[in-house]
Amino acid sequence: MRRLPRVRPELLGLAVIGGIVVLGVPTVTNQFVTFEFAKVAIFAIALMGLNLLTGYSGQISLGNGAFMAVGGYTTAILVQRTGIPYWTTIPVAALVAGGFGFVIGIPALRLTGVYLALATFALALSVPPVLNHYDTFTGGHGGIVMPAVLPPFSLDLSQEQWLYYMDSGIALLLFVFAWGVVRSRTGRAFMAIRDSETAATASGISLAYYKTLAFGLSAAYAGVAGSLLAIATSYLNPDTFGLSLSLALLVGVVIGGLGLDFGAVFGSLFVVWLPYYAEKASGLHIGALSFAGKPDIFYGALLIVILFFAPNGAAGLLQRAWRWYLHRRTAVRSPLPEPVAER
Amino acid sequence: MLAFIQQIVSGIATGGIYASLALGLVLIYRAMDVANFAQGEMATFSTFISYSLIEYAHFDFWSAFVVTILVSFGLGVAIERLLIRRFEGAPVLTLLIVTLGLFTIFNGVTGLIWGYVFKAYRGAFPSTPVQFGGLYLNTQDLGVFAVVLVMLLLLYLFFSRTKAGLAMRAASLYPDSSRLLGVRVGWMLALGWGLASTVGAVSGMLVAPIIFLDPNMMQAILLFAFAAAVLGGIESPLGAVIGGVAVGIVMALVGTYIPGGQDLRLAFGLVVIVVVLLVRPAGLFGRAAVKRV
Amino acid sequence: MALLELNDVVAGYGPTTVLHGVSLSVDEGGIVALLGANGAGKTTTLRAISSTVRRTGRVVFDGHDISSHAPENVARLGIAHVPEGRGTLGQLTVWENLQMGAYIRRGGVAKADYDRVCEYFAWIPERRRQVAATLSGGEQQMLAIARALMMRPRMLLLDEPSLGLAPLIVQEIFKIVRAINEQDKVTVLVVEQNASIALQASAHAYVLEVGRVVVSGTSVELQKDEAVRRSYLGY
Ligand SMILES: Nc1ncnc2c1ncn2[C@@H]1O[C@H](COP(=O)(O)OP(=O)(O)O)[C@@H](O)[C@H]1O
Ligand SMILES: [Mg+2]
Repeated sequence: MRRLPRVRPELLGLAVIGGIVVLGVPTVTNQFVTFEFAKVAIFAIALMGLNLLTGYSGQISLGNGAFMAVGGYTTAILVQRTGIPYWTTIPVAALVAGGFGFVIGIPALRLTGVYLALATFALALSVPPVLNHYDTFTGGHGGIVMPAVLPPFSLDLSQEQWLYYMDSGIALLLFVFAWGVVRSRTGRAFMAIRDSETAATASGISLAYYKTLAFGLSAAYAGVAGSLLAIATSYLNPDTFGLSLSLALLVGVVIGGLGLDFGAVFGSLFVVWLPYYAEKASGLHIGALSFAGKPDIFYGALLIVILFFAPNGAAGLLQRAWRWYLHRRTAVRSPLPEPVAER
Repeated sequence: MLAFIQQIVSGIATGGIYASLALGLVLIYRAMDVANFAQGEMATFSTFISYSLIEYAHFDFWSAFVVTILVSFGLGVAIERLLIRRFEGAPVLTLLIVTLGLFTIFNGVTGLIWGYVFKAYRGAFPSTPVQFGGLYLNTQDLGVFAVVLVMLLLLYLFFSRTKAGLAMRAASLYPDSSRLLGVRVGWMLALGWGLASTVGAVSGMLVAPIIFLDPNMMQAILLFAFAAAVLGGIESPLGAVIGGVAVGIVMALVGTYIPGGQDLRLAFGLVVIVVVLLVRPAGLFGRAAVKRV
Repeated sequence: MALLELNDVVAGYGPTTVLHGVSLSVDEGGIVALLGANGAGKTTTLRAISSTVRRTGRVVFDGHDISSHAPENVARLGIAHVPEGRGTLGQLTVWENLQMGAYIRRGGVAKADYDRVCEYFAWIPERRRQVAATLSGGEQQMLAIARALMMRPRMLLLDEPSLGLAPLIVQEIFKIVRAINEQDKVTVLVVEQNASIALQASAHAYVLEVGRVVVSGTSVELQKDEAVRRSYLGY
């Protein structure tokens, strides 16, 4: 008989509070903030994908922005050319981007470490010019404008609120899916490969299958994120998907916590809100130099500082705090030895 | 036919630029097995320093060149000693991300100080066309190529003829044995970063007169330099130069003979990297079986 | 007078402690053998001296407390450690290996030092350009000793020079080690599993067992002591 996992009451409480916060955000914030939080949900999806690839299967990718581009353009072109409802293009974007990722994953099989980083870096750099080039499809520099999205069923929601709820809902779904993947046979194979390819092969894990699968899954997540981004902004052009997007994703996944479930959520909060606060910090001057609109410096510095002090990112810090809390509780309650940590 | 040869000649000329940045990448890779993503941005930063020296402090080009080289060397050493060293023993992924962090920091700082307006940069060599048997050469390109060859020669002499060069090779290949022989291995790595930064500065000062000076000028070139380094076997300075020339030729031909090739050049850079890595992972001059543990 | 002294040295890797308080001393000008079974901690003891392993306790060399020196500074004081596995700089040539040996000396390879090394190892001059990894095992061991000599050390730490070599070559290497000790006045601490040959070459010996010194004495005594030979030295 399988016993249901016991959920600690504290966790349940946190989940309830979290749920209320997520549901309540758009009712107490203005349109701009609501929209930014919709973007948090979108980036969280992209980061979940990158986390599956880099955090769990150990393959570095500087090119997930390219997969987002594939998803975004799939949606934009379909909507523009066929006029089908925008939401039907989301799964198509996932499939197309996923397929693209799978194909990219095949040469990536032979590349590890530095070389994979180089190749995906080149991928990130070459996407915008290629999009510019095939302008009959992509509209070139001018990009593609899509009709604005309206809430369905004449719900009494603003456009931003609807985007927020839709994106958060999809993010939650995909979070649960990723959670499941990580705890399945597949997830265990990913981690075995990350920890040692030799050992993984020895225990009968097919490197080719799981590594390309990780690429495909990761790209599908990025594709959904790209699609949702296009839907949210109802506009996209090649510069949306440049190198800085790929770098932002990497920053997000590291800051959130590589290989940790909730890392994507924290990471996307950073990725979306850091530029905003960096912009806000326009009061910040050193002599004649103004830091207005230069989130890059903060990105870079934060990245290095976090790698140094908290290599497991924000989620890692929280996990440590949680363990510490559990430890204290059990220590006070009973003198019995600490139970083996879960997970 | 002449037009074709002309394309090859100009490809060789641009190849010299890729080669010069690739040389810096190879130096750091040899020292510590890491691709330095900040190589291009550090070079740009150095080039802006020389720009300021020339424009505001009224240095002539060559004095600015020398000062910039010294500053860049110090900068490279400082980065290794203050930052990279703290990640000793960290996984490759971590080190790569650190260099990406440096990439964004240098890019941002350069933009912060000098702004994003394109600037004309007067270089060492005048840009005068020279005709040579029906082919057009440019004195600037010839100058670039001469400087790259001199750098290659100096590096070769440094690594093969000097005590410090030998110690650098020993320290990067056999850090433990080298320590037992009294080599300060950490400082050797710092020296590697200093040299790479210097070589990068030279390439920046060579490129800037040809394209305009701006904080993002090296990003595309970095990709071609990566392709060049990979093609040359990523550990070999000579390979980097030959790889650079080869990539330069391929890009010139792509730009001319493939419709819309200018837009697709970066994608071809990607193709070069991937194809080389798949077909001949050790590149043209790399030692295939040598894998350090 | 003791040139090298270890006092209650504790050392280990990560969470495991390998040496549990080793004390020993090596007199200037002598050859001392450090014996013991596989895994006893002999290599770790040498690493504790050259500071290439985490350790506590006191290590004194020639009156300097080197307990907190970095490996390169230990080397600069005149301790040449030929590590387990010989530490060959495999991709470099024989000549470059020797140059690296002379790294801490001002002005590079001195002719006198090079000539001296070639007296001991006559094959070196004609193999100067050979890549070190392509030498035979015995030649690599000799090159390692030659490289150490280029440092002009006061003390030589040798880690199992006999490992994997034919008996005849082992004999030759130990002959050279004795010559180095006598003619160049280099003090030697040699680690061996091959106890009989090490005891022939040395004046004094220590026996380690599971990270502790269990027997010490003159080599002549140890060779004679039937009980020690049987229980610790296995011959
Ligand atoms: N690098 C290392 N990491 C962890 N344990 C080690 C390492 N080197 C040696 N050991 C352990 O330390 C103990 C002593 O090893 P060592 O000093 O090499 O013994 P000996 O040289 O006498 O054979 C052994 O149990 C060995 O497994
Ligand atoms: Mg040993």
